[in-house]
Amino acid sequence: MARRVTRTRKWAVTIIAWAIGILIFFPILWTFLTSFKTEGEAVAMPPSLLLFDWTLDNYREVQQRSDYFMHFLNSVTISLGSTVIGLIIAVPAAWAMAFQPTKRTKDLLMWMLSTKMMPAVGVLVPIYLIFRDTGLLDSRLGLTIILTLIDLPIIIWMLYTYFKEIPTEILEAARMDGASLYNEIVHVLTPMAVPGIASTLLLNVILAWNEAFWTLNLTAAQAAPLTAFIASYSSPEGLFYAKLSAASTMAIAPILILGWFSQKQLVRGLTFGAVK
Amino acid sequence: MSTYHSRAAGRLMVAPSVVLLFLWMIVPLGLTIYFSFLHYNLLMPGTETWTGFLNYSYFLTDPAFFTAIVNTLLIVVGVLIITIVGGILLALLLDQPMFGQGILRILVISPFFVMPTVAALVWKNMFMNPVSGLLAFLQKSMGFQPHDWLASTPLLAIIIIVAWQWLPFATLILLTALQSLDEEQREAAEMDGAGPVYRFIYIVMPHLGRAVTVVILIQTIFLLSVFAEILVTTNGGPGTDSTNLAYLVYAQALLQYDVGGASAGGIVAVILANIVAIFLMRMIGKTLEA
Repeated sequence: MARRVTRTRKWAVTIIAWAIGILIFFPILWTFLTSFKTEGEAVAMPPSLLLFDWTLDNYREVQQRSDYFMHFLNSVTISLGSTVIGLIIAVPAAWAMAFQPTKRTKDLLMWMLSTKMMPAVGVLVPIYLIFRDTGLLDSRLGLTIILTLIDLPIIIWMLYTYFKEIPTEILEAARMDGASLYNEIVHVLTPMAVPGIASTLLLNVILAWNEAFWTLNLTAAQAAPLTAFIASYSSPEGLFYAKLSAASTMAIAPILILGWFSQKQLVRGLTFGAVK
Repeated sequence: MSTYHSRAAGRLMVAPSVVLLFLWMIVPLGLTIYFSFLHYNLLMPGTETWTGFLNYSYFLTDPAFFTAIVNTLLIVVGVLIITIVGGILLALLLDQPMFGQGILRILVISPFFVMPTVAALVWKNMFMNPVSGLLAFLQKSMGFQPHDWLASTPLLAIIIIVAWQWLPFATLILLTALQSLDEEQREAAEMDGAGPVYRFIYIVMPHLGRAVTVVILIQTIFLLSVFAEILVTTNGGPGTDSTNLAYLVYAQALLQYDVGGASAGGIVAVILANIVAIFLMRMIGKTLEA
C-alpha cells in the first residue's frame, strides 16, 4: 500500500530540499565558477554569478607556475600505490578471518581498528626523524609506506565485511562436485570477491587522496601531492581567488567524480558493514 | 571443517598484517616515549641528555596545553553536534518523496570528497575574508559590520569548516539507515493514530541508534586530530585561540625544534585518545553485536 502524497506537498519538499542542497554544495560551485573569472572579477563586489568573461587563463597559469601535473601524478602514485600494496597484504588476512574464524578473530579485528585510534601526532617526531635519516623525507616511496600502514586496518575491515557475506555453502558444493582447488579459486571465489575488492580499492583511493596530515608534514617540493600543493596557496597567494579556485577545482574534480560513483560503497565501507 | 593444516595456513595469511600493524604501533610509539624523557633539540644534535619527567611537567604546565585540550574537545563536540543534528534533519528531509532526489544526493554528499586543504582555503579566503569574502558582502548588503571570522572567532570558523566537510557523511549514513526502516512498521503506527512526533521518537530514533553510534565513532577518530584545516587558516592563532593538541605538538616539534617537549605532548595526545577510544570501542562493540 503506497502512501498517497499530494502534489503540493511533493513540490514543497522538492523546493526546500533543493534550496538546502544547493546551499551545501555552493562553496564547490562558487570555486568552480570563480576559476573562470579574472582576478579582478573574482573579488568584485557585488560578485557576478554567471555574467562575466569566462577565461581559461587561470588553469594555464597554475600549470605553468607550479607544475600542477607533477603534483597530480604524485597524488595518483601515492594514493593508488598505498591502496594496492594495502590490498595485497590485506586480502589474505581478511580472507582467513572471514572463512576460518577462530576464537580470537573478533578481538584481532578490534585491535586492528584500535590502531587507527592512535593519533598521528603521537608518532610524528620519530617518523619524521627516521625519514630524515633514511632519505625518505619528501619521497613518494616514504609517503606510500605511511599511507599503506594507516589505511591497512580500514582495508582489512572493509574486505572482511564483504568476504563474510560470501556463502560458504557454495564452496562446499563446489568441492562436492569435485572442483579442484584451482577451479574453486578461479571460477567460484574470485567472481564473488572481486566486487568487494573493487569497492575497497575505490574508497581507499579517495581516503588516501585526501589525507592531509602526513602528506603535509613529510613532503616539500618533490613528492608533494595535491593536498600539500594547495596548502602552498595559504598565503599570500590565496588572495588570488581565481588562481586558488582553478588549482582547487583541478585538485578535487577527479576524486569528486569518483566519489559520486561510490556512494553506496562509501556507506558500507566506512561503517564496517554496520549500516547498509 | 577447519583442519590443523588449514588453521596454520590461516595464521600465515593473517601474519603479515598483524606484524606490520604491531611494528607500526610499537616502534614509533616506543621512540616517542624514549624521546619524551630527553632534552633533545633538532638544532643542537648530539647534545641529548636525560631529563626525566621535565618535558612532561613543562608541557602540562604550559597554559597553551590547557587551551589546546579544551579546543580539541570543543572541535570534536561542536562538529559532532552540528553534523548529527543537521544530519538527522537532512536525512529526514531527503527521505521524503521529491523530484530529482538522486542528483540532490550527489550535491549534498560532495563536500565530503573535498580535500581538507581546499575546503579550508576556499572558506578562509572566498567566504570568511572580512574584506572580499562572500559572507562579508552579505553582511554589508544587509547593513551589518562584516565579521572577521578568523581573527575574532577562529575556533568557530574552524568548527564550521570541518562541520561542512562531515555533515554530508553523517547525512548519507543516516539516510541509508532511514531507508532500511520497515515501511509497514511506520504505516502500522500511523494507522494506530501515532502522530509524526510520536513516530519519530518511538520508531525512527531507535532504528537510527546504530547508525548514530557509527557516525560518532568514525568522526571522533578523525576529529581528534584535525590538523590541515588549522594549518592553512589560522596557524593555531591568534595566540593559541585555535590551537588543538595535534597542532600544538606539530608546532613544538617542527617549528620550535623541541623534540623532547613535542614527544611528551604526543604521548599526552595518545593517552587522551585512548581514554576516548575505550569508551567508543565499548559502545561500538555493543551496538555492532546487536
